[in-house]
Amino acid sequence: MWIYEKKLQYPVRVSTCNPRLAKYLIEQYGGADGELSAALRYLNQRYSIPDKVIGLLTDIGTEEFAHLEMIATMIYKLTKDATPEQIKAAGIEDHYVNHDKGLFYHNASGVPWTAAYIATKGDPIADLYEDIAAEEKARATYQWIINMSDDTDLNDGLRFLREREIIHSQRFREAVEILKDEQGKKKIF
Amino acid sequence: MKQVPAEYYQLMEQLQAVDFVLVELTLYLDTHNDDLEAINQFNHYAKERKRLKKAFESQFGPLLQFGNSYSSYPWNWDDTPWPWQV
Repeated sequence: MWIYEKKLQYPVRVSTCNPRLAKYLIEQYGGADGELSAALRYLNQRYSIPDKVIGLLTDIGTEEFAHLEMIATMIYKLTKDATPEQIKAAGIEDHYVNHDKGLFYHNASGVPWTAAYIATKGDPIADLYEDIAAEEKARATYQWIINMSDDTDLNDGLRFLREREIIHSQRFREAVEILKDEQGKKKIF
Repeated sequence: MKQVPAEYYQLMEQLQAVDFVLVELTLYLDTHNDDLEAINQFNHYAKERKRLKKAFESQFGPLLQFGNSYSSYPWNWDDTPWPWQV
């Protein structure tokens, strides 16, 4: 089971109300390479992966939920004081007329999240390469968002998340090597 | 929502710092399970985390529930602030 902890993994601060940045950030909330996709991808792959890698998928999948909460916090803080005029100027009036300030799992273009974003092949190497690619895509997405943002407080949190993608990618690469070693060790009598 | 004192942020940040060490060591040990020095570090910081959790909760209420933290009276798990409100 999972236990919720009443704390963020890393402090989230924003300098000003800025719904335009929230529009970009929602890509990492409900987008293809976002944190929801990441958490669900890894936790779902655990059931058919060799025992040696289940712990890693469990722990990274769990950390992704902490990242999802950080993204939600960023969006909440960037939009909570926005007036309808500011919402309109930021180009998120389509979201507003449907959800007000409520969050929704869609990407920066408003496309709702779909399970088609994540893959499970049941083949350990295929799944781990999928995971490495997902981390690299998420890292790149964080970089593109940072490039769009002039909010230094927000960027501090985004840089933390970008670095985590690098660590996860490296751990998944190690997992591939562990499985290759295991396969090499198999004795056929 | 109650005013959040400066000490909330200080204690929370200390906990976040130790937890970062623990997350990093956890993922590292998931792929390096025979690194004794890392395991010693892990157990050291796990103990430190227990101390910080207790210090935080004595002032600002439970961090975990389903019985993983104690409650005072009245039930204070659902007191503000929630993490996104600070």
